[in-house]
Amino acid sequence: MTNELDIFVGNTTLIDEDVYRLWLDGYSVSDAVARRVRSGILEQTGATAAVLQSDTMDHYRTFHMLERLLHAPPKLLHQLIFQIPPSRQALLIERYYAFDEAFVREVLGKKLSKGTKKDLDDISTKTGITLKSCRRQFDNFKRVFKVVEEMRGSLVDNIQQHFLLSDRLSRDYAAIVFFANNRFETGKKKLQYLSFGDFAFCAELMIQNWTLGAVGEAPTNPDSQVDDMDVDLDKEFLQDLKELKVLVADKDLLDLHKSLVCTALRGKLSVFSEMEANFKPPASGAEDRTPRIPAPQNLSRGLVNVAAKLIHNKDVRDLFVDLIEKFVEPCRSDHWPLNDVRLFLNQYSASVHSLDGFRHQTLWDRYMGTLRGCLLRLYHD
Amino acid sequence: MPGKLKVKIVAGRHLPVMDRASDLTDAFVEVKFGNTTFKTDVYLKSLNPQWNSEWFKFEVDDEDLQDEPLQITVLDHDTYSANDAIGKVYIDIDPLLYSEAATVISGWFPIYDTIHGIRGEINVIVKVDLFNDLNRFRQSSCGVKFFCTTSIPKCYRAVIIHGFVEELVVNEDPEYQWIDRIRTPRASNEARQRLISLMSGELQRKIGLKVLEMRGNAVVGYLQCFDLEGESGLVVRAIGTACTLDKLSSPAAFLPACNSPSKEMKEIPFNEDPNPNTHSSGPSTPLKNQTYSFSPSKSYSRQSSSSDTDLSLTPKTGMGSGSAGKEGGPFKALLRQQTQSALEQREFPFFTLTAFPPGFLVHVGGVVSARSVKLLDRIHNPDEPETRDAWWAEIRQEIKSHAKALGCHAVVGYSESTSICEEVCILSASGTAAVLNPRFLQDGTVEGCLEQRLEENLPVGCGFCHIPYDELNMPFPAHLTYCYNCRKQKVPDVLFTTIDLPTDAAVVGKGCLIQARLCRLKKKAQAEANATAISNLLPFMEYEVHTQLMNKLKLKGMNALFGLRIQITVGENMLMGLASATGVYLAALPTPGGIQIAGKTPNDGSYEQHISHMQKKINDTIAKNKELYEINPPEISEEVIGSPIPEPRQRSRLLRSQSESSDEVIELDLSHGKKDAFVLEIDDTDAMEDVHSLLTDVPPPSGFYSCNTEIMPGINNWTSEIQMFTSVRVIRLSSLNLTNQALNKNFNDLCENLLKSLYFKLRSMIPCCLCHVNFTVSLPEDELIQVTVTAVAITFDKNQALQTIKTHVEKSLQRASTDNEELLQFPLELCSDSLPPHPFPPAKEHLESASSNSGIPAAQRAVTVEKASPVAEGNFRNRSAPPCANSTVGVVKMTPLSFIPGAKITKYLGIINMFFIRETTSLREEGGVSGFLHAFIAEVFAMVRAHVAALGGNAVVSYIMKQCVFMENPNKNQAQCLINVSGDAVVFVRESDLEVISTQQPTANCQPLCTGGEVTT
Repeated sequence: MTNELDIFVGNTTLIDEDVYRLWLDGYSVSDAVARRVRSGILEQTGATAAVLQSDTMDHYRTFHMLERLLHAPPKLLHQLIFQIPPSRQALLIERYYAFDEAFVREVLGKKLSKGTKKDLDDISTKTGITLKSCRRQFDNFKRVFKVVEEMRGSLVDNIQQHFLLSDRLSRDYAAIVFFANNRFETGKKKLQYLSFGDFAFCAELMIQNWTLGAVGEAPTNPDSQVDDMDVDLDKEFLQDLKELKVLVADKDLLDLHKSLVCTALRGKLSVFSEMEANFKPPASGAEDRTPRIPAPQNLSRGLVNVAAKLIHNKDVRDLFVDLIEKFVEPCRSDHWPLNDVRLFLNQYSASVHSLDGFRHQTLWDRYMGTLRGCLLRLYHD
Repeated sequence: MPGKLKVKIVAGRHLPVMDRASDLTDAFVEVKFGNTTFKTDVYLKSLNPQWNSEWFKFEVDDEDLQDEPLQITVLDHDTYSANDAIGKVYIDIDPLLYSEAATVISGWFPIYDTIHGIRGEINVIVKVDLFNDLNRFRQSSCGVKFFCTTSIPKCYRAVIIHGFVEELVVNEDPEYQWIDRIRTPRASNEARQRLISLMSGELQRKIGLKVLEMRGNAVVGYLQCFDLEGESGLVVRAIGTACTLDKLSSPAAFLPACNSPSKEMKEIPFNEDPNPNTHSSGPSTPLKNQTYSFSPSKSYSRQSSSSDTDLSLTPKTGMGSGSAGKEGGPFKALLRQQTQSALEQREFPFFTLTAFPPGFLVHVGGVVSARSVKLLDRIHNPDEPETRDAWWAEIRQEIKSHAKALGCHAVVGYSESTSICEEVCILSASGTAAVLNPRFLQDGTVEGCLEQRLEENLPVGCGFCHIPYDELNMPFPAHLTYCYNCRKQKVPDVLFTTIDLPTDAAVVGKGCLIQARLCRLKKKAQAEANATAISNLLPFMEYEVHTQLMNKLKLKGMNALFGLRIQITVGENMLMGLASATGVYLAALPTPGGIQIAGKTPNDGSYEQHISHMQKKINDTIAKNKELYEINPPEISEEVIGSPIPEPRQRSRLLRSQSESSDEVIELDLSHGKKDAFVLEIDDTDAMEDVHSLLTDVPPPSGFYSCNTEIMPGINNWTSEIQMFTSVRVIRLSSLNLTNQALNKNFNDLCENLLKSLYFKLRSMIPCCLCHVNFTVSLPEDELIQVTVTAVAITFDKNQALQTIKTHVEKSLQRASTDNEELLQFPLELCSDSLPPHPFPPAKEHLESASSNSGIPAAQRAVTVEKASPVAEGNFRNRSAPPCANSTVGVVKMTPLSFIPGAKITKYLGIINMFFIRETTSLREEGGVSGFLHAFIAEVFAMVRAHVAALGGNAVVSYIMKQCVFMENPNKNQAQCLINVSGDAVVFVRESDLEVISTQQPTANCQPLCTGGEVTT
């Protein structure tokens, strides 16, 4: 006796959250049944394994049918085939678009193309996430990316509107789209300690301040011919950043800047001497007190050089690598406490306003305001 | 009444991509009614076209309006080749033809294609203008209302219940026409869908005509079925109960959810005939071959009312007097006489109703059923379906004579069914023989009806159990006792019925679903030989099924079955029998005896031990069941009883006791067995099997109850959470082990596993009850068994139940009562405040009030009766409205029950009767047979919901999936499925919303509810 056909259809579609999770996690029906058995559900309900098998199959079939609709969540709301209460619809969508931290760290900043898709096998092996689940997450990223890529207006709003995700998840997707579009390198070994949250935080700051959309929102610049998009960095801004070079190229300006910072921070910083030593290259006169740090190490120069290089796509991609190498690592090797980093960065950005010879105050603020936020977030173990 | 049909095509959405190049579609719509077709413009390159068409107007006569469906086809325009069809929508415009139902059909309909399923949606508006036309010879019956509900619909009052109406129409099945060889499957499916839609329209119109002839205005309990006879044709047949209904105008009229309150107020209760009494001699001959003279004399109603007043007091005042039994005699006789005269004129005094207005059902005799095996032949002349008519007439005649043998003149809870395999067809009919109160059957004074009914003084709660037949001249040997409730009249020891449990019945504990399952192998044979083989097997199947039911009933410690439905299915090489019913313990009937086992060789010591072991197991099970279903009938001491009980209550050796079959009369007289009836010999392998199957039935997990009736006795505090579902299972038998035993085990396992799966799936709803569990068995192929289950799970509130019981106990302590029935007590005071009402109020209350000789105003009593109904008002007053927030798609509830817990039905919008075919040639790609059928059933639900929503409704009640024919050919990667569903589209209002209204009118706080109670009776 074998069950040829075995179905259950409710007027209200039954959604079992546990089975949904198993399905999302990419388990096959038999794996899912095995996992459910291990969860002790049989003992709780007095059901048999056959019942569990049939139930799991039913749910999997339902999810399979729903998947097509989940690809365009507004369709799920308007369709007539499955009667699902709104709260359940929201749950279905949110869970479907949720992703694993381990997975997103592997893909973040990579081009969402077929090539990357081929690497999913390796990612699956590396992270222990099933290939099926990897595919779903990857396809979600790609789908969201495709839909909002060319869209005007706020990236987060667009995602929210077209995928009906929660605010939190929409922001995460905005970060993923932003990273994928700008292809920021996140996979290098020295970046491994950073979480997706760290990157998402930076992405949000950058979207708010460094993109075309950020300019477009300014009242002075109504969206005329400017594509007010959130996904692309403002090219003009990047171009302008070269002007900041003067801060390190002009020795007077550099010294003045340094002295302003040092005066303000004297006594407040536990690592004052290290800071002072690192502000500009040791070659400029001071005795070599920091042999641990490689020669061209210089915090200010590093930060300004990062800015100046951003006009090149390649350097944009390496932004995070540079920030870690030029700032985070030197500070960390000197054991700067986070609070000192904060004090330093605040003073460092603010003192520029007192440099009379410096004309790019606004540019500096737009750059440094965001960078300061990012650096503080990135500065941890 | 010719009319003008107006249709507007507004928009489409989610259309499929028809042009691969552009990923878009150039859609336009064809609107067809009868032979007229209109087209919209082509809306270029969009998946969400906005046609916003003009009003397409069809001028048609009402005959067509009733028969024809409106056909809407969505197509993709193609300049170079033929336009591709995207899909169709069939809209039955019948609900627009009577004034009280929907006024407009407007909404999003799924666009359906028989090959691809649902492909997007289309927004359509449909209206009908009817012109008055006084043509007497009209062939239409616009205005007759149809209800699938097998009781008087909730917002109506029955003025007269006229009786049985039936009709059938036949046609050739397009699937078997020669042209089918050359046309596409899609064309063939569509031809079939259209034909059946047309035929059911015609059938409904013809039934309507019969109703009009009978001076009725509605059909209640309308059941329409298709017989797919294959080569020999397609039969669409319907039965129903003609009634004259009266719309209750209050309090629904001022409810906000009512779609058109003003319209409703205006409606006249369509009694076209100013003087209803004159119709008596009308030439009402709805059936060709019968003379039908219906002449109710007015004297009957007068007589009955006067005599009733006399007799009414006797059962109540004569508490405990031994003479009561005798007094009951003449009363019974008189009643029978009246009913007889009222019913005898009718050819078939049958009623498809399963629940009745109070006082309608006087006595119940037992189940009557008849089956007949027929060989199908080609229907040569579709206009003269005489053979099929004659077949059914024959069966009905048999049913009628069975009823007569039980001393009954009517059959209630009547239904008909067929099972077809190749050219053999089993026709079945069954019902419950009953004695009815003649008042409802003839047109007495309409006004007096209600009061008369309320003055009805049959012993409430047990009256229907009293035997209708003559004690001395019983049709079969039965054990009679004096009624345990009133002690006046005789009752049988078990009672089988096809009806719902009467709301006023006194019940102990809870009920449960009882099923008998049986398979019998049969040799493959052709034509005549096959029919003979089947005929020979049938009596044995009936006998076995009956025995199983009886044993299982006893094992549950119960004494009555309600909603009994025995289905015999014929296949190529086997017959399947499946009987489902709800077992209950009726307080009026004696406690059932246990089950005793006896061995053949009593001297063998170890054997004895084995038997006693089995016996112990059985006894334990009975005890466990009694506890589970809370069956603890009061022990009644002899002194209190007053009249001697003729037999000891604990009888022994009852398994296979012939006397137990007393209540069922079938073709085969089960009560004339020759063998030693009282001994179950367990050497007999069959008997062993019986005992085993008895013990293998697993009770539902705790927190779950199940029944196949509308309401579960003993549970009344339903919450508003309901989940209707359909589950289908097909198993393949391995042909190696096809013995009867193996087959039985397979079938039994199939059903049990299916139930277990349901319990597991619905575990989140605990505590919950599966109501109206409806199993259908079919044998699509040699080794396949298909079981389809439709039911509704309803959550109930456990705490509230406990509370109610507590109040019961407290209250009952204050009363010295001979009746130890713990469930009954309904303090009258409660009905005016907001305490939760009691589960089973009326019986006791009526008794008491009557015995104290204080007449209770009709209205007040009516309230209590209403509260007894499962939709008891106020149960949910303190509950907040369910969190069904407004989504873009309105929620449409579906339920096989006639009511929605926690809500009040304010309007019936018309009947939903839909037939769909789905076919696939890419079965694997659609997820195999399960994926295919799963999707199809979900689509059927969606289309039903969309139609209801377009009518302005928010629920379907009395929903039933009448047919689910599934055929597969996995080798060819093909499958086909036909589904037929029906139900009543309604508008309901949550009681919590009603509450809001009533609190806004503080003075009338309870008023609307009370009035509601009165009118619903």
